[in-house]
Amino acid sequence: MATIATTEFRPAVGSASGPSLRLRGLRKAYADLVAVDGLDLEVPAGECFGLLGPNGAGKTTTIEICEGLTTADSGTVELLGLDWQRGEAELRQRIGIQLQETQFPDKLTVEETIRLFRSFFHRGIDVEDVIKSAELEEKRKSRVVGLSGGQKQRLAMACALVGDPELLFLDEPTTGLDPQARRHLWDLVDELKKAGRTIILTTHYMDEAERLCDRVGIMDHGKIIALGTPAELIASVGGEHVVEFALSGDPNLDPAALLAVPGVQSHRVDAGLHQLAVSELHTAVPLIFTKLAENGWHLSEFRTHSATLEDVFVSLTGRNLRDA
Amino acid sequence: MPSLKSSGSVLTGPAASSLLQLTTTRFRLFLREPEAIFWIFVFPIILAVGLGLAFRNKPADVYQVGATTPHLAKSLNTDRGLSAKVMDEATGTHQLATGDILVLAIENPGGVTYKYDDTNPDARTARLIADRAVQTAAGRREAVHADNNLVHETGARYIDFVVPGLLGMNLMSSAIWGLGFAIVEARQKKLLKRLVASPMPKWQYLASFVLSRLVMLVIEVTIFLGFARIAFGVPFRGPLWQLALLCVLTSLAFSSLGLLVASRAKTMEAASGLMNLVMLPMWILSGVFFSAARFPAVIQPFVRALPLTAAIDSIRSNMLQGVTLSHMTLPVSVLVAWLIIPFFIALKIFRWR
Repeated sequence: MATIATTEFRPAVGSASGPSLRLRGLRKAYADLVAVDGLDLEVPAGECFGLLGPNGAGKTTTIEICEGLTTADSGTVELLGLDWQRGEAELRQRIGIQLQETQFPDKLTVEETIRLFRSFFHRGIDVEDVIKSAELEEKRKSRVVGLSGGQKQRLAMACALVGDPELLFLDEPTTGLDPQARRHLWDLVDELKKAGRTIILTTHYMDEAERLCDRVGIMDHGKIIALGTPAELIASVGGEHVVEFALSGDPNLDPAALLAVPGVQSHRVDAGLHQLAVSELHTAVPLIFTKLAENGWHLSEFRTHSATLEDVFVSLTGRNLRDA
Repeated sequence: MPSLKSSGSVLTGPAASSLLQLTTTRFRLFLREPEAIFWIFVFPIILAVGLGLAFRNKPADVYQVGATTPHLAKSLNTDRGLSAKVMDEATGTHQLATGDILVLAIENPGGVTYKYDDTNPDARTARLIADRAVQTAAGRREAVHADNNLVHETGARYIDFVVPGLLGMNLMSSAIWGLGFAIVEARQKKLLKRLVASPMPKWQYLASFVLSRLVMLVIEVTIFLGFARIAFGVPFRGPLWQLALLCVLTSLAFSSLGLLVASRAKTMEAASGLMNLVMLPMWILSGVFFSAARFPAVIQPFVRALPLTAAIDSIRSNMLQGVTLSHMTLPVSVLVAWLIIPFFIALKIFRWR
C-alpha cells in the first residue's frame, strides 16, 4: 500500500526561510473558560508535530485558531510566513484541513465529494491519485452513508490532501476508529511525512503521538506543559520504565524505603496502585521485591512497562490522560 | 522518490469550476431525495387533480325541497331547478335540520309558508325558485318579459382560480424548504464549517442554491402548468415570457426568505419551526384557495404585503386576465422588496459554523 503513495505527494517546496507555523502569546477565552492560555509554538517545515492532551485541554481551539476558523483574543498566528488577516485567500489554497466531526453529504459518492473539494483549489492532486492514496478505489462509487468510520476518515483526509497542501492540520484523525482503521490512517500520514509535508495533528492517544510525531507538545488547561521529541519527554520522567504494583491489605507504605532502592527515580500512588519510575529495571526489580518482603508487604499485583507519553502526562499533572 | 508528474496538475474545463461543481452537487443531492421529488413535482399535480374533481363543472344544482301536500309538490316540481317530495311538517322540519332539504313549503289556509334558514345562500335561492314556481302555477304572469343567455367560460371556473394559487404555494414551499433544510443540515453536520475551511468562495455556495433552484423551477413549473393546461384547459391569457419572469421572481424572493430563515438556525427542529412560522400565515392569508380580498379591510395592507399574496395576484392576473407587467407595479415591487431585503439581512447575519 505504501509504495503507491510515495509517488503521489510532491515534496513540499515550502518557505525554507522560516517555520511553517509560529504562534506567539495565543489566548482565547470562552464565557468562563480559558481555552488557550498564552501559547507559544514554532513548527519547522517538514515536521510532524502533535498536540497531545486530554479532552478539554484546548487542543481543538488551538488548531482552529491556526486554521483561521476561530479568532484568538490576543496573540499572533503566522503560517507559511502569512497571517489570516492579509493572506487568507492564499493560505486557504496552501493548507489542508481535516476537522474533527465533519459529516459529508450522505447521498454523495466518494468520488463526487473529492471532486467537489478539488474544484476549490487552483492547483492540486488529481482526483484519481487522491482516491488511490487514500485507498478508496473500491468505494469510489459508494455513497458516503455506506462507508465505515475508517473509510469516512480517509475520505476526510482525501479532501484535506486534494489541494496538495504544504501544511496539513489533522484534528483527532483517529478518534473513534477501530485499531486496524487507525493503523491504516497512520500509514497514510507516514507517506505524507516521507514526502516532507508539515503536519500538525491533535490527539488524545499517546501511542498515536509516539508513533507519528517528530515532536510533541503536551497540553493541559490551555498551556503546553512539556515540549520535545517523544524520547526526550519520556526520558524527562527520570526512568525509561514504569513499575506498577498493589499491596494486599493496603498497609501504610513508606515511600522513602522504595526511593532508597538504586534505579528508582520517583514514586506515586493512584487509587491504591503504586507507580515507580525506574531506570535500571533488571537490577531494581529484585531489590524492590526484597524491600517489600523485608517490610512484610504482600503483593496483590505487579507489572512493568516501558515508560510512555502517558507516564509523562501522569508525572506532570498527577492525572491520567484518559480520565483527566 | 516522489515524482512531480501526478502532483502539480492544474485543472481546466468544466471540472475546474467550483460554482458548477457546487450546483451539480445540489442537483445530485436533490434528485437522490425521493421525498423531495414527491413534494415538489407530484404533490401539486395530485392537489390540482383533487380540486379539479371536487369543483368540476356540474349541471346547475337541483335543490331538494319538501312540501306538505301533493298539490304543492306538483307545483314545485314544474321548475327544473327543484325536486320536491311530499312530507308532513314534523318530518320536513327534521330534514331541514339534517340538510336533506333546503326549504319546506307548508300549505295553510291563507296560502304558503316557507320554512328555511335565511343565512344559507342556497336556501335563499331555493326559496325564491320555490315561490316563483308556486306563483306561476297559481297563474301569475310576468310583468316584464325576460330571456336568459347562459355563458360557461373557461377562466371563470374554480380550477382556473386555484391553479395560479397552487403554483405560487409550490414555488414558496420548494424554495423555502429546499434552501432552508439543505443549509441547516450542512450547518448541523459541520459541513458548512468544513467548506469555509477550504478555499471555496462563500458567495458561490449561496449562488449554487439559486442556480439549482432556477433550473428546478423550469422543470417544476412546466410540468405543473402543462398538466393544468392539458387536463383542465386552464387559460394563459398574458404573455408567457412575463409569466416565466414572474415565476423566477417569485422563486428568487422565496429563496431569499429561505436563506434568511436558515441563516442562524443550528438544528433542523429549530429551522422547521421557523419555516412553518413563516409559511403558515401565507397559506391562510395569501389567497391560494380563495380570494385574499375576503379578509377584513383592516388587515388588507398586511395581506397585500405578503410575498405569496403578491406572487399569486400577479400570476393570476397574468394567466386569467392577461394583465401585463406594466400594470402590476405594486405586486412586482412587493416581490422585489422581498427578494432584496431578506437577502442582505441573511448575508449579514449568516452563521457559517
